[in-house]
Amino acid sequence: MEFLQPSTWEEALAAKAAFPDAVPIQGGTDVMVEMNFDRRRPDVLLDLGRVRELADWASDAGSLRVGAGVTYARVIAELGAMLPGLALAARTVGSPQIRNRGTVGGNLGAASPAGDSHPPLLAAGAVYEVASAARGARRIPAHEFYLGPKRNALEPDELIAAIYLAPAAGGQQFAKVGTRNAMVIAACSFAVAVDRSARTIGTGIGSAGPTPLQAPDAERYLAGVITDEGLWESGRLPDEAVLERFGALVADAARPIDDVRATASYRRHALTVMGRRTATWALRDGR
Amino acid sequence: MTVEQAAELTLTPVRSGVGVSVPRPDGTLKVSGRYAYSSDLWAADMLWGATLRSPHPSARIRSIDVGSARAMQGVHAVLTHNDVPGRRTYGVERPDQPVLAWDVVRYQGEPVALVAADHPETARRAVAAIVVDYEPLEPLCDGDAAIARGARKLRENDNEVHRVRIRHGDVESAAGLADVVVSGEYEIGMQDQAFLGPESGLAVPAGDGGLDLYVATQWLHVDRDQVAASLALPHDLIRMTNAGVGGAFGGREDLSVQIHAGLLALATQRAVKMVYSREESFFGHVHRHPAKLRYEHGATREGDLLYVRASIVLDGGAYASTSAQVCVAAASFACGPYVVPSAAVDCVAVYTNNPPCGAMRGFGAVQVCFAYESQMDRLAAALDLDPVALRRRNAMAEGSVTPTGQVVRQPAPVNELLERLRARPLPLAPPTGGRDPRELPGGVSNTTHGEGIRRGVGYAVGWKNIGFSGGLDDYSTARVRVSAAAGEPLVEVHTAACEVGQGGITVQAQIARTVIGIEHVVVLAADTGVGNAGSSSASRQTWLTGGAVEAACRAVGEELLGRAADRHGLDPRDLRLRDGGVASADGSVVATLAELLDEPAEATREYRPRRTTPLDENGQGDVTMAFAFSAHRAVVDVDVELGLVRLVEVATATDVGKALNPQSVEGQIEGATAQGVGLAVMEEIQTVGSRIRNPSFTDYLIPTILDAPAMPSEILELPQPDAPFGINGVGESGIVSSGPAVMAALRMATGRALERMPVRPHELAGATAAGGASA
Ligand SMILES: Cc1cc2nc3c(=O)[nH]c(=O)nc-3n(C[C@H](O)[C@H](O)[C@H](O)COP(=O)(O)OP(=O)(O)OC[C@H]3O[C@@H](n4cnc5c(N)ncnc54)[C@H](O)[C@@H]3O)c2cc1C
Repeated sequence: MEFLQPSTWEEALAAKAAFPDAVPIQGGTDVMVEMNFDRRRPDVLLDLGRVRELADWASDAGSLRVGAGVTYARVIAELGAMLPGLALAARTVGSPQIRNRGTVGGNLGAASPAGDSHPPLLAAGAVYEVASAARGARRIPAHEFYLGPKRNALEPDELIAAIYLAPAAGGQQFAKVGTRNAMVIAACSFAVAVDRSARTIGTGIGSAGPTPLQAPDAERYLAGVITDEGLWESGRLPDEAVLERFGALVADAARPIDDVRATASYRRHALTVMGRRTATWALRDGR
Repeated sequence: MTVEQAAELTLTPVRSGVGVSVPRPDGTLKVSGRYAYSSDLWAADMLWGATLRSPHPSARIRSIDVGSARAMQGVHAVLTHNDVPGRRTYGVERPDQPVLAWDVVRYQGEPVALVAADHPETARRAVAAIVVDYEPLEPLCDGDAAIARGARKLRENDNEVHRVRIRHGDVESAAGLADVVVSGEYEIGMQDQAFLGPESGLAVPAGDGGLDLYVATQWLHVDRDQVAASLALPHDLIRMTNAGVGGAFGGREDLSVQIHAGLLALATQRAVKMVYSREESFFGHVHRHPAKLRYEHGATREGDLLYVRASIVLDGGAYASTSAQVCVAAASFACGPYVVPSAAVDCVAVYTNNPPCGAMRGFGAVQVCFAYESQMDRLAAALDLDPVALRRRNAMAEGSVTPTGQVVRQPAPVNELLERLRARPLPLAPPTGGRDPRELPGGVSNTTHGEGIRRGVGYAVGWKNIGFSGGLDDYSTARVRVSAAAGEPLVEVHTAACEVGQGGITVQAQIARTVIGIEHVVVLAADTGVGNAGSSSASRQTWLTGGAVEAACRAVGEELLGRAADRHGLDPRDLRLRDGGVASADGSVVATLAELLDEPAEATREYRPRRTTPLDENGQGDVTMAFAFSAHRAVVDVDVELGLVRLVEVATATDVGKALNPQSVEGQIEGATAQGVGLAVMEEIQTVGSRIRNPSFTDYLIPTILDAPAMPSEILELPQPDAPFGINGVGESGIVSSGPAVMAALRMATGRALERMPVRPHELAGATAAGGASA
């Protein structure tokens, strides 16, 4: 096995171009597990741990750029106020060890439908920057990034550079269901982001379909009621029945299956409940 | 043999004797990552062994082609069933399990071939290069189906491994007299021991044609007997040493790498190390029997139990393992620690193509406790009685007769245990809102801020056996040697009792210190260089090996007093060991130990407890050496909309006889309680078509520290008659009723019947109308 260790972004992209089969490794919390379980034996490992450009986040003209190599621990410690949805999700990831090593970029690279970063990023309307040596950088909206179970929109010569998103302009929430109260892979999860300036509601569903999903009908419905009833201005919460309906529409958007972690019908049920609860909290939070 | 008798020998109080929480030598090493587990074993120039396992739960083997594996560079041996020189099968109770499969495979993961190579990766590749032509067969996946008429016969005896039939009193007449009858069908999933140290060991060929085997195990001598039989070597050419055990809980009673590593070492004449991966470990040891239990209880209007009918099917999987003994235990304890005048219990352990099941902490007593305690709650509801009051009304006590006709001749404080729990103040009810998410169901997953939460409280009481049951000759052996090392007396204790994390080494040393009165005690590595100690199971090791250590220490002590008496012309009965010497009755020193130890003093003793008897054709007999009783009270908060649980507190009351090391006792109770609540709310090996779906810690979930409840324990010390220091076993009792107590609490919170353990969120969820939040 070949082990490449570029120290700049440029070198990293050159290496990926030279070895399109190279498996990038950031925190290694997915890659090393797969190797250990003998599911993957790459000929070339491309270690991104020394690439400075990936390891930082910056705020620029009302938008945040979060490098693909920023760990969950740093998201929680440094970005909690600006990205509460992502930070809530980060808090639920694994254990302290995993949060210290694991990165948001790695979560995108793995593109597991159960990855906890995806729902809050979808809900917040994030855009991912990917790049190749040959064609430079391009941006992919979160909802176009996930193609199938553990498949994303990266070309073989591309690497994930960063995530762009705006600081929260309203309440954001994330909830995940599993049979353990910590260190559990989601049986299903849900994120909601209220944008009071754009007057929209964003959603993201995890582990209830082949890819992370959004619930556009639910988004439009709730934003519509809030607008129609003047609740953006008054700050009042919509009626319980509206929130209930929002939850039901979230569940309708899911495409769950029965598997070792939960049944499809329980996943739908849980999404209904989480949809209602998280929307209630998010609307209350940002008033 | 009691502590008073032991005190006759010595007048010196030792600092680290019995009754003191002496710290364990392995404790700091384990938590700081420096403990040497069996997977850390290393020998210069060793090879790595690997196992090819069947991907099919049931198949015929048409052919096995090892040609290309053998031809690989770095591969030193590839072995199949043809290369087993001795007995081709093994088993703790019954040798029915192939060392390496021939003709057929009966469960997914069954070993088919072995490889030794100079690198683990090479060994793994060689395993992948072995070509086995299988003809897959339809697996028999269900215990009930295995004994249904017309079922495919996997084995002789209509797929029955063992059957126990208990007929006690007169159930027919009792049924006629009952004012209230409740019945239920209960089910328990397959729990795994989930020990953290995977199966591993090192086999080293010796110059005499024999083998030195270092393996993490629970019972060295029975391992050795099986290894010797399959390798066709005399017993004394197999020398086994227990290697650092990373948890056992019954999962190391059956062999794993022992014969395999031995075969490879003899074939290559090189040291061979084998370590299972986490995934392989799920296939490499037996699990707890899944069970289906059908019960009927009849009682008077006042709440006196009249009879119990129980029919129990234990799924033993593909091989016998310890199924027969588990079956005896499940049947014997099927009615609970209650006075049940009439009982009809039918318990059968069956063969299927599921993963083999055998010993796991609680050993048959766990499955039935869930059923009988669920029934007691159901009966209380039918009678409109308080569940604790109903239990106390029917509680067994010293002198009660069990359904096997055995008189309980020891403290049986069932009533007192329940009373103690009942008297404990309940933890505070949850405040509304503003709580740390870790205090809520769902924990850090942020699923509720107080919505949907209901509290439940449940009680359960359980019993189980201590020591081997049903007439097995149970005993242990200890050798104790006292010598002068650099002028100071040194006690060496040598037994074959396996330290599996229970604190056995510590307690052996404590006993030796107390009996001989010498502080400096070394416990030697457990190996087959000394007599059989029996298994570190059945909560028996502190009692039996402790008893053997006590006896050997007493013998050595008497030898020293005898030496002093001889040399000084005194009566040994007037002498005592004291302050590093021998003193006369008035306290004056007669001789120093250094003087007396010009030659070491040594003694080997066997300890045998009271003999049990087998069950007769009506399931009657004094099957149980001793009983352990414990009770739990669980307090849970349930998010009844999402079906998520937070265990608030699970309090235990246990009679331990005498706490030789109070900290160890608490550790055993807490650990067992946690393992029991894991079974209630999450731990299950899921199978579909006899295939395991979750062979990893990603999906076989065990409680984390955030899932573990507060576990206060009430410890009673009612001396066991005939036991060294009056002790009782404590390794298992905590697991028996903790899960059932949690289930009772969950029922109270949700109002649901919950007849299956572990309970899943979808079974708990939806108890309120949509939108009904309580916060
Ligand atoms: C014990 C444990 C618990 C876990 N719990 C959770 C959990 O609760 N929730 C959850 O979502 N996940 C969980 N995970 C999975 C894992 O931690 C996360 O997916 C994490 O985000 C991966 O980040 P990483 O930096 O370690 O990725 P790595 O393992 O380094 O890489 C992951 C994938 O992304 C690719 N990759 C990495 N960086 C790039 C890049 N810059 N460009 C292109 N591809 C890239 C890699 O090739 C690989 O395919 C857990 C893992 C473990 C071991």
